[in-house]
Amino acid sequence: MSYFSEIYKGIKTLLTGMSVTGKYFVTSRKGAITQQYPDNRDTLKMFDRFRGEVIMPHNEENEHRCTGCQKCEIACPNGTIEIIWDRGIDEATGKKKKKIDQFIYHLSMCTMCGLCIDVCPHDAIKWGQNFENSVYDRSTLTRVLNKPGSTLMQGVED
Amino acid sequence: MMQLRITENVHNWLFSVMPEGVASIVEMVLIAVVYLTIFAVAGLFLVLLERRVAAWFQLRIGPNRVGPQGLLQTMADAIKLLTKELTGTERADKFLYNLAPYFVIITALMALAVIPFSAEFHAFDINIGLFFLIAISSIGVIGILLGGWSSNNKYSLIGAMRSGVQTISYELSVGLSLLTMVVITGSLQLSEIIEIQKSGWLILQGHIPAVIAFMIFMISGTAETNRAPFDMVEAESELGAGFHTEYSGMKFAYFFLAEFINMFIISAIAATVFFGGWLSPFGITESIPELGVFWFLLKTMALVFLMMWFRWTFPRLRVDQLLTLEWKYLLPINLVNIVLMALLVWLNLTIRL
Ligand code: SF4
Ligand code: SF4
Repeated sequence: MSYFSEIYKGIKTLLTGMSVTGKYFVTSRKGAITQQYPDNRDTLKMFDRFRGEVIMPHNEENEHRCTGCQKCEIACPNGTIEIIWDRGIDEATGKKKKKIDQFIYHLSMCTMCGLCIDVCPHDAIKWGQNFENSVYDRSTLTRVLNKPGSTLMQGVED
Repeated sequence: MMQLRITENVHNWLFSVMPEGVASIVEMVLIAVVYLTIFAVAGLFLVLLERRVAAWFQLRIGPNRVGPQGLLQTMADAIKLLTKELTGTERADKFLYNLAPYFVIITALMALAVIPFSAEFHAFDINIGLFFLIAISSIGVIGILLGGWSSNNKYSLIGAMRSGVQTISYELSVGLSLLTMVVITGSLQLSEIIEIQKSGWLILQGHIPAVIAFMIFMISGTAETNRAPFDMVEAESELGAGFHTEYSGMKFAYFFLAEFINMFIISAIAATVFFGGWLSPFGITESIPELGVFWFLLKTMALVFLMMWFRWTFPRLRVDQLLTLEWKYLLPINLVNIVLMALLVWLNLTIRL
């Protein structure tokens, strides 16, 4: 008897599969996932989890969250990040304190592994969704992520 | 009996302006040209259709750049293939290697000749039509075997041998499921099979066993054309391109086109035998016989679409699963089904409108 129930089950599962693809076929005009890229360049928005490049967000007062702890530099498997740091006087306490001078990021070496972002204790760096990274001169792929004159946001270290 | 029946007018005109011998040769050449055109146009159209339909099944858009809605895409592909260099392997069996594509394409063309596009448009109405179709469709596999064998490439050889296994097995089911319907029609001539369906399509006349036979025919027909889920002959992920790995340019295009024409032929046979061929549903356009081609193509395209639906839904079978399906399921069911159909006809339980 299992012979016939197997046939029944087989046909049923095949029809289930066909109904799924059939629904896709009918709705494909609305739900097409294809991006006709250069045509829709203005409206194209990459999905949030896309790993385009590492960026360092700044707020309106030109402040970032990077303390210069260098954990990301150590975590990076291929030396993509270089942190050039300095010592400055902390205005609140009057003591000497580490701060970043330049956060250098070599996009051409980055494998988008995400270890730097995972390891950062202050969420100072994030994934950016830009994907148009082709350039004529590879030196432009070496970027300084902290903006000129930017300072550390208050209260990050507490 | 050979009957050349493409439009009575052309026939009469030809015979009135030339001597009989010349006229019949000219007529044959004309018919050959017409069928070659159908072959090329239908092949290119089906490739385009397949790509668009596949895209829609996978929530993509498909080719839409060359010409309006991508209509000229396959033309561009054909021109590309025409201009490509014909390469071959060093130690291939050159004669067989070059012969193989023609086997495949000629059998496809021969099968096309027997299919009734409409009452008038029917090149070769042979009295053993269905038998001829079954026989001719198994010759195509020789082309595949030759191509795989002569390319001197392990992937081609494995692909070709798989094709042999597959065709030997599924040929049985194709034949037996069509025989089931012959039990009702009592004739192998395709024009007569259609004539009988004027009192109801065979799938209706034969109800339960006819539906079973139709399902078996579609499954084994898909296997006959080496399309997914039975595409172990080509199995891109395992064998490169299977039996035609070593072919390039136009020779590859022959194999490729023949595959699509074979799909059309299988659908056309199913439309003719189960769904009344060029007959309109319930005879609604019986007074306008010119619409026959339209109805025939409509039914065939619906079945072609069904085969595309199979292809883009089901995963590929393993070889042992393929053989299990044929020998343990389709064949016994088919045999029981024939007996059932014979009983039905004997007890006069068929439905006639
Ligand atoms: S994503 Fe990986 S490779 Fe790129 S900078 Fe961060 S740790 Fe280095
Ligand atoms: S980005 Fe994060 S981990 Fe890297 S130095 Fe700045 S605070 Fe430390």
